[in-house]
Amino acid sequence: MYVAVKGGERAIENAHAWLAEERRGDTNVPDLSVVQIREQLTLAVNRVMAEGSLYDPDLAALAIKQSRGDLIEAIFLIRAYRTTLPRFGASLPVDTGAMSCDRRISATFKDLPGGQVLGPTFDYTHRLLDFKLAAEGDVPAAPTREAELGEVPHVTDFLNREGLIEEAPRQDTPPPDLTREPLEMPAERALRLQALTRSDEGFTLGLAYSTQRGYARNHAFVGELRIGTVPVEMDIPELGFAVEIGEVTLTECETVNQFMGSKSEPPQFTRGYGLVFGQTERKAISMALVDRALRWEELGEENVGAPAQDAEFVLYHADNIQATGFLEHIKLPHYVDFQSELELVRKLRREAGADQVQEAAE
Amino acid sequence: MKDSLDENNPRKAWMSVLAKAPEGRVPALLDTVGERPVFTWLRAPEVGSTMIRGRAGGTGAPFNLGEMTVTRCALTLATGEVGHAYVQGRRKVDAEAAALVDAMMQTEAADLLRSSVLSPLEEEQAAAKTARAAKAAATKVDFFTMVRGED
Repeated sequence: MYVAVKGGERAIENAHAWLAEERRGDTNVPDLSVVQIREQLTLAVNRVMAEGSLYDPDLAALAIKQSRGDLIEAIFLIRAYRTTLPRFGASLPVDTGAMSCDRRISATFKDLPGGQVLGPTFDYTHRLLDFKLAAEGDVPAAPTREAELGEVPHVTDFLNREGLIEEAPRQDTPPPDLTREPLEMPAERALRLQALTRSDEGFTLGLAYSTQRGYARNHAFVGELRIGTVPVEMDIPELGFAVEIGEVTLTECETVNQFMGSKSEPPQFTRGYGLVFGQTERKAISMALVDRALRWEELGEENVGAPAQDAEFVLYHADNIQATGFLEHIKLPHYVDFQSELELVRKLRREAGADQVQEAAE
Repeated sequence: MKDSLDENNPRKAWMSVLAKAPEGRVPALLDTVGERPVFTWLRAPEVGSTMIRGRAGGTGAPFNLGEMTVTRCALTLATGEVGHAYVQGRRKVDAEAAALVDAMMQTEAADLLRSSVLSPLEEEQAAAKTARAAKAAATKVDFFTMVRGED
């Protein structure tokens, strides 16, 4: 028989007090400010904004501090906060062609209008620990050259001119929103892109890598990767026109993939698309590869049974908050569940004559 | 560039400049103009979110990218002009100042506000953008061809 119990309140309170103390660490070391996290752990802040699905660098930095640097815990805090906000509306789709680019590279064309702009990248660093950073010191100012302020055209535009790549024709149907309606299959591309942009970076990277290794291989080139800011414009009903309400940093990746052709259409390259909050290029590239793999049906490709082709598998397991919520709940008290399992296994053992076996052994 | 003045709708242009100002900048500039006018709230400042949308492939069908925090408010001056503000982030003080500027831009104070608030903001925003673009330009790759060994 199971008897209901109460308790643990004091233990929980004390555990939380100790957590706060451990979070602070050695008090002889200066406290880390939220602004320091925002300014100096920017890529962690970007990841929390992207997967938390809320663009607010100060809140993401606060969440990182509160979670002791556990980014999934921080993402959880942001998701929880997000649900408390009234929704004022939706923006007009951002125009990434008008992006003020910090970085813009193409792995497919060496000489392209606007050029190869490396930006503040880890690429070409030697991945050697820099012990100078362990000592405090000022950083010299980055070199500058005359700024080029015009819009930078998308690489796919050039290929489009020759008809060598599939087009992404403009459409204006309002997209489904998985924060309002539960995710259901089959999921159209707009829904898949929303799920992928907020998906766990590690999970998405692993799936993308699997396509490169041969599980639904579609041979992706990075046609273009760009990072920079775009203005966000929203229709203001009380005014009757749209105004820019802010500016966000985004990473966009367009892949150019293996070509398709049919009796009616000549062979042409296909595309995968990644667009993610912040400077988050590993995630954006991963998203583009997985997006492309999930398009197998629309592009008339064979389903080879690869995980990255299975929309249900990908989308229902890509959200780290759903995943961690279900995974971590099994450490919480399951005394009643377990009690019934215990009864059952005892009963089965009795029926199997385990008691006699035990006795015989003695 | 999108950020420059929209000749057809100056109000759209100034509201956009106000929305993108760094934290604390609009109240600071507004207070250089003099005493703030008397107003009543139509909608007290409130923090909420806007769903940002992108397009598949950059140009195709729209999809929901994620939300951003936004603060909005609306007010009426004692002289009747209505000011609105929608500013990025959780910034009630900034939203109030932005709505005041929006309302005052519809009064005789418009020229003064343009020279003391909007022009400085535009210049600061353009300078920040140019400074970043100048650093990006310095990381642009100059390819050069090695001497070929064909001769």
